[in-house]
Amino acid sequence: MRPLFKQRRVVPGFGLSLGCTVLYLGVIVLIPLSALFFKSARLTWPQFKTVVSSDAVMAAYTLSFEAALVAALVNLPLGLLVAWVLARYRFPGRRFLDAMIDLPFALPTAVAGITLTTIYSDSGWIGRWLETVHFHAPWLMWRGFDGSWWPFEVQQFTSVSYTPIGIAIALIFIGLPFVVRTVQPVLQDMGLDIEEAAASLGASRWQTLRRVVLPELRPALLSGFALAFARALGEYGSVVFISGNTPLQTEIAPIKIVQELEQNHYAEATSIAIVILLASFFVLLTVNLLQRHYARRGMA
Amino acid sequence: MSIEVRNISKSFGAFQALADVSLRVESGELVALLGPSGSGKTTLLRIIAGLETPDHGSGSVLFHQEDVTAHNAGQRQVGFVFQHYALFRHMTVFENVAFGLRVRPRNVRPDRATIRQRVSDLLRLVQIEALAERYPAQLSGGQRQRVALARAMAVEPRVLLLDEPFGALDAKVRRELRRWLRRLHDETGITTVFVTHDQEEALEVADRIAVMNKARIEQIGTPEQVYEHPVSPFVYDFLGKVNLFRGRLEDGRLTVGGSQFGAGAAGGEEGSAAVAFVRPHDVEVARHANGNSIPARVDHISFVGPFVHVLLMPKNGEPIEAALPRERWRELNLQPADEVFVEIRSARVFADDYSI
Amino acid sequence: MSLVTPPQLAGPSSKSAAMRPPHPRSAATEPRWLKILLIISMVGVLGLFLILPLASVAVEALAGGVKAYVDALANHETWEAVKLTLIAAGIAVPLNSVFGVAAAWCLTKFEFRWKSLLMTLIDVPFAVSPVISGLVFVLVFGARGWLGPWLAEHNIRIVFATPGIVLATIFVTFPFVARELIPLMEAQGNEEEQAARVLGAGGWQTFWRVTLPNIKWGLLYGLILCNARAMGEFGAVAVVSGMYPGQRTVPLEVESLYTGHLESTVPAFAVASLLAILGVVTLIIKSIVEWKYRQELAATRKQGTEE
Repeated sequence: MRPLFKQRRVVPGFGLSLGCTVLYLGVIVLIPLSALFFKSARLTWPQFKTVVSSDAVMAAYTLSFEAALVAALVNLPLGLLVAWVLARYRFPGRRFLDAMIDLPFALPTAVAGITLTTIYSDSGWIGRWLETVHFHAPWLMWRGFDGSWWPFEVQQFTSVSYTPIGIAIALIFIGLPFVVRTVQPVLQDMGLDIEEAAASLGASRWQTLRRVVLPELRPALLSGFALAFARALGEYGSVVFISGNTPLQTEIAPIKIVQELEQNHYAEATSIAIVILLASFFVLLTVNLLQRHYARRGMA
Repeated sequence: MSIEVRNISKSFGAFQALADVSLRVESGELVALLGPSGSGKTTLLRIIAGLETPDHGSGSVLFHQEDVTAHNAGQRQVGFVFQHYALFRHMTVFENVAFGLRVRPRNVRPDRATIRQRVSDLLRLVQIEALAERYPAQLSGGQRQRVALARAMAVEPRVLLLDEPFGALDAKVRRELRRWLRRLHDETGITTVFVTHDQEEALEVADRIAVMNKARIEQIGTPEQVYEHPVSPFVYDFLGKVNLFRGRLEDGRLTVGGSQFGAGAAGGEEGSAAVAFVRPHDVEVARHANGNSIPARVDHISFVGPFVHVLLMPKNGEPIEAALPRERWRELNLQPADEVFVEIRSARVFADDYSI
Repeated sequence: MSLVTPPQLAGPSSKSAAMRPPHPRSAATEPRWLKILLIISMVGVLGLFLILPLASVAVEALAGGVKAYVDALANHETWEAVKLTLIAAGIAVPLNSVFGVAAAWCLTKFEFRWKSLLMTLIDVPFAVSPVISGLVFVLVFGARGWLGPWLAEHNIRIVFATPGIVLATIFVTFPFVARELIPLMEAQGNEEEQAARVLGAGGWQTFWRVTLPNIKWGLLYGLILCNARAMGEFGAVAVVSGMYPGQRTVPLEVESLYTGHLESTVPAFAVASLLAILGVVTLIIKSIVEWKYRQELAATRKQGTEE
């Protein structure tokens, strides 16, 4: 009689490991997350719309989005500079600085929050100095669509703590490692030969950087930017202290969620959350698609 | 220990790797599975080892008349040498070789002293005793190859299977190691099957060669049989260089331009297209015409080893390559651009349904 | 067995100790002044954004002298917070490590349908705002959540209690270990496991003796990152804890001290200094492990590709 056997795999443990993974993923992540979607599905559209289009929530969304965008944009050149120097130059203290890059990952956000707040407060190390140089910076504040097509107004801020500028500073702190850590390995692996090739073909150093190096780095810069942006959209711990939480002025969306929850307003909290969640999913999905696109062209 | 494979098929999704393949390897034989990449040779080897399962319901694998199809890789007692060696990178050479003994169930596991003795013997056999405490990353390719072999031999396998054993080595080491494998096989007498895409390697080492193409075994036989008497155009082409003459069958002979070849057992209908396969050393070059010969011009002459390779351009048709012994070439005093006549000493004609 | 003499082979290939070419070469480098300028600006950026805040923690914590610092730490509530943090991390880190190994095993050693979907789902917690990570557990276990009424009936507290804090911690640190292991195990392939199987090793033997030693540094790396986040998580835990006294982890204690003591920031910074030390220790261990881990990866790449 022929022995009966199923498709046998040489490496064992497929069923066990897959089972554990799916079960654990389901219990810890999928079921709780689905609660968010079911909860929001029970909301009617007008209910949802009332919550997310109220002036306070719109202001919070706008601020979250703006601050995250500004922070991610600032992190692009800063991150590129840091990654470049770490990857290309040898100098004393390089390894120390390289290790320090991950500080924002390792330092709990609450600590970062109170520290930044203190440094930038009027009596803090940097805050004091900013006062003496009469620092001021403009920011677009949400005003609401009261009859006009342009819902923002330009406001000048003269300090960092308790203003949108402070929020952006906290988000820059949080996002910097994302850009550095995506760009640095690409720079390290790139090798000098393509730059030497460009130089041998008569390109100036500047032309080489602009036409050869930068295009090679574009996928990494883009994903670093998007990762920093997505992280900043949802960031809470480092922002909650420095923002001061003035309604309509410095409340970011995650803070609104917490406030609604504190009053047991589950529906409101869920409505605000679902928009933020979808926005971060959208950003990360875009990164994924971009990376796939570059990978197909052999660039990732 | 003989190996028998009966009617094995294997597909990966839409790709058919093996189509109803049967093979018998006699006890103590050294057999090469030879073929281009994608021909199914590695899959066949892995099925013999139990690393791959044949398609559901197809065929069986027998070791010494015993059906082992349902046995897993660990139960089959095979020695398998992986293409990239698959050495355990965190273990020393000694620990790598000892692994197969150390993982045995307690009741059949040899004691420490025996394991130490057996491993030392094996390391001496493959002449790397001095490297016992090294890690794989500290070894050269040839040394890793020998560790892999010693590790496979440690479990006293009933058969030894090698997947492209010399594929990752450079040409010189490869030549040395394959002679050494042959001697090792003769000393130990273990039934051995190895996979290669290198015809020279197969011809030099193996007792018999199974030439594989497109999921099937095209021919199996001694090196002399497959080289001298290929049964298909594919085997002819895969084993060594070959000149092609395309023409039509007339009166049981192949007519190419003005020349004719005996078609032998080629089959095919009168007037149908056919191809003559001619090895370069079966091409003779002469200064004078001789009935059936083809006029050509000497295009290029190169000296490789004992033969002189002459590239000849006929008036019409493909270039012809001839391999002449050095004396013959000196005798003819050939120079580029000389007008000469080509004679075909022996040819094999196949119906033209094969394209190269 | 008699001896068969193998051909003499060269010693370890010189390539295995491949040296990087001397780094800066003229055609692809900047003028010296520009280099120095770039290094200085980079040090400035890092100093301003990373080193200054870290230094500030130490300075602020010790602003009232060593005694004030010690007093602030030697406080019952601080130790309650430390205990809770250790419980949460002590449960989350081992669970996520086991899961991480299992997930990496099935995702790298096998091919199956929905594999890429599973890979994406594992990363989901990274895409979720910490606050939302807490919110989902409130929606399931809170008073007005899915299981709220049932839990109340049976007098079980999850949200605003330790189980909720543990769950939220597990959620936010969910992907760390798996994420580190998947690329490593992908690069290592499964030839070594196959070799172990052919040599007669069983499933667990193969795992303990072959796979685990190969991934130990990667696993440790993921574990350390997972632990740092587990001990330092703020947003998610803040939402599920309700900030009740006795239900505060160390980061929550920092917040409570910071917002509750308007007269002095010393207590808040003293407790924060514990977390800062955790962060620095994490960075140090991480650097060491990273170095080992790179060797592990480099060894993987070298085998098979060389020669």
